[in-house]
Amino acid sequence: MNQSNSVWAFFASVKLALVTLFFLAITSIIGTVIPQKETAQVYIDTYGQNTANLFQIFSIPDMYNSWWFLGLLALLSANLIVCSIERFPAAWAIIKADNLATPLKRLQQMRLRREWTSALNVSDTEATLAATLNTNGWKNQSRQKDSGRLLFSQKAPMSRTGVYIVHISILIIFVGAIIGEMFGYKGSVMLPETQSTEQIYTFRTNEAIPLGFEVRCDLFEIELYDNGMAKAYRSELTVLENNEIVRQKTIVVNDPLTYKGVTFYQSSYQPYQSFVVTVSDMTSAKKIQAILPYQQQHVEPNSDLRFGIINAKTAGQSVTDIKLWLKDQSGVSGNYWLSDGEQKIIEHEGTTYLIAAKQMYATGLQIAKDPGVWTVYVGFTLMIIGLLMAFFMSHRRLWIHIREEDGKTLVLMSGSANKNRGAFEKTFSALADQVQK
Amino acid sequence: MDSSQLLGITTFTYLFSSILYAVIFIFRAKSLGPATTVFTSIALLIQTIGIGLRWQESYQIGIGHAPLTNMYESLVFFAWTIIAFYLFLEWKYKIRTIGAFAVPFAFLAMAYASFSTEFSKEISPLIPALQSNWLIAHVVTCFIGYAAFTVATGLAIIYLIKNSSASRNSTDESTLLATLPSLSVIDDLTHKSMVFGFLWLTVGIITGAVWANSAWGTYWSWDPKETWSLITWFIYAITLHARYTRGWGGKRIAWLAILGFLSVLFTYYGVNFILSGLHSYGSS
Ligand code: HEM
Repeated sequence: MNQSNSVWAFFASVKLALVTLFFLAITSIIGTVIPQKETAQVYIDTYGQNTANLFQIFSIPDMYNSWWFLGLLALLSANLIVCSIERFPAAWAIIKADNLATPLKRLQQMRLRREWTSALNVSDTEATLAATLNTNGWKNQSRQKDSGRLLFSQKAPMSRTGVYIVHISILIIFVGAIIGEMFGYKGSVMLPETQSTEQIYTFRTNEAIPLGFEVRCDLFEIELYDNGMAKAYRSELTVLENNEIVRQKTIVVNDPLTYKGVTFYQSSYQPYQSFVVTVSDMTSAKKIQAILPYQQQHVEPNSDLRFGIINAKTAGQSVTDIKLWLKDQSGVSGNYWLSDGEQKIIEHEGTTYLIAAKQMYATGLQIAKDPGVWTVYVGFTLMIIGLLMAFFMSHRRLWIHIREEDGKTLVLMSGSANKNRGAFEKTFSALADQVQK
Repeated sequence: MDSSQLLGITTFTYLFSSILYAVIFIFRAKSLGPATTVFTSIALLIQTIGIGLRWQESYQIGIGHAPLTNMYESLVFFAWTIIAFYLFLEWKYKIRTIGAFAVPFAFLAMAYASFSTEFSKEISPLIPALQSNWLIAHVVTCFIGYAAFTVATGLAIIYLIKNSSASRNSTDESTLLATLPSLSVIDDLTHKSMVFGFLWLTVGIITGAVWANSAWGTYWSWDPKETWSLITWFIYAITLHARYTRGWGGKRIAWLAILGFLSVLFTYYGVNFILSGLHSYGSS
């Protein structure tokens, strides 16, 4: 065997697949025991200087992205590709084979076969057999063969491609992951209510990435269960391009917003000790919104209106009730209690106001752009389809040869299945019993 | 009757089922067979009602969600899938003697769920990250896979016992073991269970990835639970290839089935209680 052939044989072997999968399984354990992506200092503190150095050499702190782990995955890929190139042509040849050309000798040697004599002549026997096969769902063809007639029928020849679909799906998932790695990013941003941003910050390097549009957080709120556990974190987001609103959506965990391939996920929040206060004059429909720290007045320019938050009740970090102080052209001031986030219509010295106040939050958004994710999902789908084909379908073939010998009509029925042979044997004998009648 | 009473009863009915199957095996009491199957089916029905009631009760207290969201509920569901899968095998292959090696796993899961003090049995509200239909798809598919792997392990144990006694050739033991299916049948069933489990584990890992992507924008983050499910997947992939392409069978496959099951246990239990990671819901 020459050099290139032996390299090829190495990559084509299933032994290599077993060894690679074994090493992938064993080495994957490391990263579940040793914390990943910590700072160098953490490893020195936990494991000592020498061990920490050794870890750095073998990229243990980020082992799933290390040269040797990616190398194992590359080896698996090369193995899959070469192995498929090596074997697929033979599988395809069987799928496309002219089974009516199968030598009679092979049919006579098949493990699964039955022979009998028919009372009818050759062509009548053929006609009844073909009809019976047909009614049982075995569509068939026939041809003149070795001084007799050969009937052939098969089911699910394409199921032989199942394992190749599974193997290729793995490669497709890898391709999707590489696309995501090359053209995507993962990042985050803390966005205070009423504010907007045109950039976000990547996880890995904390570098600013321009979005190409603007995202604004209009509102963030936390809904609680009766026992005080968080039920939902909710952000009302607005996407703007050239100061025009192009998309609005309320996101919660598990239901993100996607715009131009960039997806915004609800991930955390941060409470402030300020309040978002809105006061609208119902008659003039003039709306004033202000962000106010505790006990600080908002003085509306060119107007006598002023307001502020003078008291608040809290439960833990979150505000439950807010006391709003308000004074207008009447010269009289009034205090109004609101629960956090509540809107209320009030009558103040002859003027009707709609007032609202809530504690101010910043919403913590996780941002992902992953143009590879659909490729990965195609891979997932193909993997499931391929597994179903490989595990639950089999290529089953039936031949019936009918010939005349010494004035008798002799019938030979043979069959084969590439998987689940036990089940096929039962089908075969049931069918043979039926066609013999 | 409320769900906790029904699920409490289930623990004891599965214990009783295990004893019945053991009696059938040890005393060759074949005549007990049909009654045992009926009893076990009724036990499964009671458990099904129990799970259904728990689901309904969660709606009554205003936090409605499928009962698949904490360690207790997942153990109960694990037991349910083991019995369901075992009864399916029994019905399909008409073999009752393997019950003694499969049903006890369901009892152990229920007993652990009922008597452990490590986790709460209360119906608790869902934290926002768990409020997803993908969660249900993920848990259900994973546990069908785990149940199949559990039964495969029971079968592998039978194989190893029968095999070792066959090689020692001791007569009285071989009469007891003679009631078990032949080695080749056990071997075949072990393999079939693992194939079935592998398919569902694959779907389980995939639905988990899709869920993670819809919640965090990352379908794979190598957290310990994900990684261990992948390790388990690799072990079964190795097993399938070793059998299919290199003709492994018998003892080697039986040991691989047991190794795979240990990996399942670690993925399911060990990661929650020994390692830490994103999937910490089991410890709450
Ligand atoms: C994690 C990776 C892999 C998975 C999930 C996988 C999956 C499968 C499945 C499900 C089967 C069908 C087995 C059966 O019907 O019982 C199969 C068969 C096979 N696999 Fe893989 N495989 C993987 C990696 C590989 C690699 C790297 C090779 C490279 C040599 C390989 C070579 C084969 C071969 C030769 C067969 C038999 C195909 C036939 O002749 O029908 N597999 N694989």
